[in-house]
Amino acid sequence: MDTFIQQLINGLTVGAIYALIALGYTMVYGILRLINFAHGDIYMVGAFVGYFLAYQLGFAAGPSLLGLTVVLLGSMIISALVGMAIERFAYRPIRKYARMTTLITAIGVSLLIENLFVARLGAAPRAFPQLLREESYTLFGNAAISKSQILIFIVSIALMLLLQWIIFKTKVGTAMRAVSFNLNSAKLMGINTDVIISVTFALGSALAAAAGVLTAQYNPQIDPLMGIITGLKAFVAAVLGGIGNVPGAVLGGLLIGIAETFVVGYGQNIGVPSTFRDAVAFAILILVLLFRPTGLLGSTVQEKV
Amino acid sequence: MKRTLLSLLLITTFFFTFACERRGGPAAGGETGQIVVGYYGDLTGRTSNFGVSTRNGVLMAADEINKAGGINGRQITILSEDDEGRPEKAATVVTKLIDQDRVIALLGEVASGNTLAAAPKAQSAHVPMISPSSTNPAVTQVGDYISRVCFIDPFQGEVMAKFASNTLKAKTAAIMLDFNSPYSRGLTEFFEKSFTKLGGKVVSKQSYTQGDRDYKGQLTSIRSLKPDVIYVPGYYGEVGVIAKQAKQLDIQVPLLGGDGWDAPQLWDLGGDALNGSYISNHYSVEDPSPAIQKFVGDFKARYNIAPDALAALGYDAMRVLADALKRAGTSEGPQLRDAINTTKDFPGVTGVITIDADRNAVKPAVVLKLQGGKYVYQETITPDAPAGTVASAPTPGLSPPATSPPVAATVSSQPASTNKNAPAPKTTPK
Repeated sequence: MDTFIQQLINGLTVGAIYALIALGYTMVYGILRLINFAHGDIYMVGAFVGYFLAYQLGFAAGPSLLGLTVVLLGSMIISALVGMAIERFAYRPIRKYARMTTLITAIGVSLLIENLFVARLGAAPRAFPQLLREESYTLFGNAAISKSQILIFIVSIALMLLLQWIIFKTKVGTAMRAVSFNLNSAKLMGINTDVIISVTFALGSALAAAAGVLTAQYNPQIDPLMGIITGLKAFVAAVLGGIGNVPGAVLGGLLIGIAETFVVGYGQNIGVPSTFRDAVAFAILILVLLFRPTGLLGSTVQEKV
Repeated sequence: MKRTLLSLLLITTFFFTFACERRGGPAAGGETGQIVVGYYGDLTGRTSNFGVSTRNGVLMAADEINKAGGINGRQITILSEDDEGRPEKAATVVTKLIDQDRVIALLGEVASGNTLAAAPKAQSAHVPMISPSSTNPAVTQVGDYISRVCFIDPFQGEVMAKFASNTLKAKTAAIMLDFNSPYSRGLTEFFEKSFTKLGGKVVSKQSYTQGDRDYKGQLTSIRSLKPDVIYVPGYYGEVGVIAKQAKQLDIQVPLLGGDGWDAPQLWDLGGDALNGSYISNHYSVEDPSPAIQKFVGDFKARYNIAPDALAALGYDAMRVLADALKRAGTSEGPQLRDAINTTKDFPGVTGVITIDADRNAVKPAVVLKLQGGKYVYQETITPDAPAGTVASAPTPGLSPPATSPPVAATVSSQPASTNKNAPAPKTTPK
C-alpha cells in the first residue's frame, strides 16, 4: 500500500509537469489549428533561463524562497517573450499558407532551438542550482513526498486556476475564445487577432517555462535536448485529453504521468520491463485515436481555447 | 546570384578537400616524418566530460614525448575528432581519420558502445586502435588491431560483487541499469553472476535509458524490496540524479557503481546524496606513489583540475602506443599492432600494464568511497586471485593503495601492488 501511494505521488508529479506543457499545445492548437512542435523546447529554454538567472542574480549560492520566486517568474516572463518572438518571426509570416507549411516550420524551429543550444552550451547535462531546501515528508507510513514535489503540485494547480480565470473571466480570454471559434469572424468583430495569438503563445510559453524550472528543482539535470521526449509526451497528453480542450490537457497529462510510473513500478510483475515506459504513452495515444479520435474530453461542440 | 553562390560553394569545397588531403598524407606509415595519431571521443555530447578528460591525458602524454625528443626523432601529432557520444558518428569520424588524415593509430573511445561502432573500421583498415577505457569485453573481440589499457567488465563487475559481499556483507542487491548501454548491461550481467556465486541474491533489476528525467518509479519499486545495496552501473549524467532521488525517497542503503561515475559533474548533479556510495575505478588520485603524484601535479599545472581516471587512462594509452612505436621502429600497421599486443609490464599511471592474449590489460581495480566531494580510497582488488582477494587497508580513507599490504596471489605476470610505477616489484618474468 505504501508503495502504491508512493508510485501515485511519483506519477502525479510527472503528470503535473506534462499537464503544464500540454496546456500550451492545446491552447495554440485551439486558436491556430497548429501543432507547435517547438513548444517542448520552450520548456527546455525555460529551464535554462532559470539556470542562468539563478547564477547571474546570485541565487545559486543557497536555497531561498525569494530566489525561487524570482527565478520562476523571470524564467516565465523571458520564455513568454521567446514564445512570442517565435510566433512573430516564424509562424505569422506564413500563416496565410497551407497548414502543413506552418507545421513543418514548427519542426524546423524546434530543431533550430535545440541545435543552437547544443552548439552554444554543449549537450552534456548541467546541474540546476538548488533553490529549495531539500526535505522529505512522510505520509501514510512510508510514502515520502519531497518539498520540490509539493512545490510542483502547488504551483501547477495555481497556474491552471489562473489560466482558467484568464480564459473565462477576462476580456483577453473572451477574445481568445472568440478567435478559437473562428479567426476571421473574430477579426470582423474588431478583435485584433494578431495580439490575441501573441498572448496565447506568451501564456503557453510561460506555463512551459514554469514546468521547466519546477522539473529542474525536482530533478536538477538539465540539457538542451530535454524537451524532445517530454514535449512529445505532453503533446500525447494534449491529444489524449482532447486537443484544444483545456481541462482535457490537464487530465491527459496526469493520466500519462501515472500510467508511465505504474508501468515502471508494476510492469515487471506482468512481464513488462521498465524500458517500456516511453512506449506506453504512445500506445495510449494510438488506442485513444482508434476509439475516440477527439480525445477523452474533446468534442466538436465543446468550447475551445 | 545563384551561379555565384554555386561557384563559391564549389571553390570552398575544393579548398577543404585539398586542405584535408594534405594533413595526414605524407606522414602515413613508414619510418620517417611526423607520426599522426587520431583521437576520437565525445567532446560535446551527453558524456562530453569523458572525451575531454581523456583527450587532455592524451595531449599531455604526446607533449611530454615530443619534448623528450619524440619517437626515434619523429614528433607526434594528435588529430582529434568529436563523435558527440553517438555510435554512428564515431564510425564516421574514425573513417575520416583513417581515409582522409591517414593516421597510423587511433586512440578512443570511452563508452564501449561507441568503440564497438568504430572498431570494425580500424580493423578492416589495419590501423591499430587502443581504447583507453572501454571496459566491455566485446570491444577487443572485434579483431587483433583493437586493444585496450584498462580492465574489463567481467572483472569490474566481480570487483563490486566481491566488495558488496565480502566487505559490506550484503546479502541482497538491486540493480538499476542503463538499458541501452553495452557498458551498463555488461556490468549488470557480471555483477549478478559474481554476486550470486558469492551467495548473494539480486532481488530486482530495473532499467532506465540515458536522458530519462524521473527515476522514482524504479526506485520506489526497489525500495519496497529492501535490498542491502543498489548497484547502479551507469554514467555520471544519470547517476547523480538517481542518487538524489533515492535520498528523496529515504533510501539509505549504499549505491554501488563503476568507473562511469567518475566525473566532476557527478557532484553538481548528486551533491550530498552521493555520500556513502562506492565505485570501482582504475586508480586513486590520492595514491602517494611519486609517479602518480608527479602525474597529478603536472596535470593540475596544465589544466587546473585534478585528473580523473579517464585522463590517467588517456595518458597511459598514448604512452603505451609510444612505447610500441619505439619498439616496432616503424609506424606500419602490422608491426605496430604486434608491438602493442606484446606490451609487457609497462609502468603506467593506472598500474602496470600487460596486454594479454585477448588484448586486454590485466590490472587491479580500486574501490573508492564517495564522501564530501572526494573519492576516498577503500580497497584494491586484484584479478582472479583465490579467496582472500581483498587487500584491505587498515584504516580506510587514510591509507591509499601504496601502503596496502602486498597481495601475493595474482594471476599473470602482474606485480601485486597497484598503481606503482616504482621499479621495486618488477619481478615475475614469464
